[in-house]
Amino acid sequence: MLLKVENLHAQVAEDESKQILKGLNLEVKPGEVHAIMGPNGAGKSTLSSVLAGREDYEVTEGHATFDGEDLLELDPEDRARKGVFLAFQYPVEIPGVSNKLFMQTAVNAIREEKGLPALDMFDFDEYAQSKIELLNMRKDLLDRSVNVGFSGGEKKRNDIFQMALLEPKLCILDETDSGLDIDAMKVVANGVNSLRSEDRSFIVVTHYQRLLNYIKPDHVHVLYDGKIIKSGGFELVHELEEKGYDDIIQAHNAIQTNSK
Amino acid sequence: MSEATQYQEINDLLSKNKGYKEGFYTQTTVETFEKGLNETVVRAISAKKNEPQWMLDFRLKAFEHWKTMKEPHWAKAEYEPLDYQDYSYYSAPDCSACGDHCQTDGADAAEPEMDPEVAKAFAALGVPVYGDETSEKTNIAVDAIFDSVSVSTTKREDLAKLGIIFCSFSEAVQDYPELVQKYLGSVVPYHDNYFAALNSAVASDGTFVYIPEGVRSPIDLSTYFRINEAKTGQFERTILIAEKDSYVSYLEGCSAPVRDTYQLHAAVVEVIVHENAEVKYSTVQNWYPGDEDCEGGILNFVTKRGVCEGANSKLSWTQAETGSAITWKYPSCVLKGDNSIGEFYSVALTNRRQQADTGTKMIHIGKNTRSTIISKGLSAGKSDNTYRGLVKILPTAEGARNFTQCDSMLIGNQCGAHTFPYIEVENPTAKMEHEATTSRIGEDQLFYCQQRGISEQDAISMIVNGFCKEVFSELPLEFAQEAEELLAVSLEGSVG
Repeated sequence: MLLKVENLHAQVAEDESKQILKGLNLEVKPGEVHAIMGPNGAGKSTLSSVLAGREDYEVTEGHATFDGEDLLELDPEDRARKGVFLAFQYPVEIPGVSNKLFMQTAVNAIREEKGLPALDMFDFDEYAQSKIELLNMRKDLLDRSVNVGFSGGEKKRNDIFQMALLEPKLCILDETDSGLDIDAMKVVANGVNSLRSEDRSFIVVTHYQRLLNYIKPDHVHVLYDGKIIKSGGFELVHELEEKGYDDIIQAHNAIQTNSK
Repeated sequence: MSEATQYQEINDLLSKNKGYKEGFYTQTTVETFEKGLNETVVRAISAKKNEPQWMLDFRLKAFEHWKTMKEPHWAKAEYEPLDYQDYSYYSAPDCSACGDHCQTDGADAAEPEMDPEVAKAFAALGVPVYGDETSEKTNIAVDAIFDSVSVSTTKREDLAKLGIIFCSFSEAVQDYPELVQKYLGSVVPYHDNYFAALNSAVASDGTFVYIPEGVRSPIDLSTYFRINEAKTGQFERTILIAEKDSYVSYLEGCSAPVRDTYQLHAAVVEVIVHENAEVKYSTVQNWYPGDEDCEGGILNFVTKRGVCEGANSKLSWTQAETGSAITWKYPSCVLKGDNSIGEFYSVALTNRRQQADTGTKMIHIGKNTRSTIISKGLSAGKSDNTYRGLVKILPTAEGARNFTQCDSMLIGNQCGAHTFPYIEVENPTAKMEHEATTSRIGEDQLFYCQQRGISEQDAISMIVNGFCKEVFSELPLEFAQEAEELLAVSLEGSVG
């Protein structure tokens, strides 16, 4: 098991009234692609943030293990170094810092963790070029400041490029498809598909079905009110497409009421 | 998360004791005047330096005027009015080897031995005070100033062969009186402002640079200022003259020991650039900023101004300001010559309770004069960082252009960034561009870096250096490196 989340409860840090995750369970095996869907406010982004270690949220109950280690004990940079990657809903701009310097620093931090020697400028360049070709990115990508002056689509593609460079074990895509037109979404999907492998897992968090049509996840979960209320295969995507979330939510609420 | 706690971690990181490694104190025999300021003191300073009558007259005139002036408090920096009687206005290492008149023995006298303790201090600061050192900084000539006097000037013989004069201000008064008389107060008159008047009255020492016509200085010239004595003011006076078709790159660095009372530094710098000449003037200012509350730091009240006298002349100010409790400083360019160019590149970092009010003035007089202002303000802790700048286009300045860019970065949520750009245009052909941004190193940027495996400390330094890149690229190489390191130290916390 690569990731095991048990009974996870999380709230907005220092605000008990804002309980967002309320007993979430999830298991991800190496090589699997999981989609997490749900209506607005269900807790999708919170789940991504908690797994990546963002301090805006506080875990109040439950566990998460990654590769056998207690994930929640680790600092965000240590989680990244051990192979957790988050593609952001809103990738951040860093003026004056080139993508090259940024990613060389990141790649070398991760190589150090793996006990590998650091890549110098030339080796890094060569390595980065191979990924640029693989993902069909613009050649000047490395020379530009991190996400500065990038269009929404370019920012997301840059995140996918970073993912390719860091070769993580677990990739979490936090609503990467939001705000993308169909072409940009295809690029993102192609990127993900070309990085799929036996020892790399994905959690694709999304509000819409269309990205999933290109990625074709192995498992689909519906997140509602801080819990996963239904899981299934790819067919669940189509069920949602036809009926929306309401049916599933109503069925879930009925069970809840009956059981009381 | 509440506003107050949101940046707590960054603040904690920044409030850890920053290693002010220049904070040591040199124990040596010194001759220091009693505290206090009056006409007798002004006369005594002049006598100590064995000055000619015209210099004494200049001092006395300035002192009389200063007494009629009021301490300015318009800057966005709060400080209690200073007690000028509580400072000493002259302090020098007592150098028994050469007696009281070692400054005035003339250039042909053997270079007096430097007090070994003073030499040690400069060595610890990495300042090559002996010209023959095989350090990496040998491609540089240094004037080392310790409290009120210049203790060593290196490479002067090599420079003299080219006709370049590089000596202390005190020596210049003795050896080149015509030049000093011609230019002293020509750019910054003694009545210019309160601190310029004070400086004119009690000027301690400084550097004098003269580049003759057609000479490009093959090495960088530099001055290192060191305030050592407690409760001493340093009032250096620097004059730099670049004759027709000449070029020089001049650097200055500064530091002071850790003290618990404010130390006063009120310098005046005058730069004169003639036709087709170019001067690059770079400063890395690392005065002691004071303790957590900035008690005991340096009060840095400086008037720096240059005049581009001739056509096609160019003056470029580059500064990295990281120290001082309070900085009050506006290196300026008076663009008289047609097609002359003024530039100002600045990085000012404030932390804790430091207050910086800094910027520039670009006065366009000649035709087709151009000026560029790039200012980067970084505020952390509980500090206040202000850009204050004036761009003035006079009616004569046909076709003048200015580009101004002021960027501020906030680190944490208890600091302030302020921008006061003044623009006065009296000629309709002028082209003015002004850009200003304020950003914040937020949890978002830090988290983004950390999520890519980069530690928090590396992330802060990467983000800050990225922000300052445009300015650092203007500094001479070694200085650029020093400035980057200074920023890192000034923002130092400990990881883990």
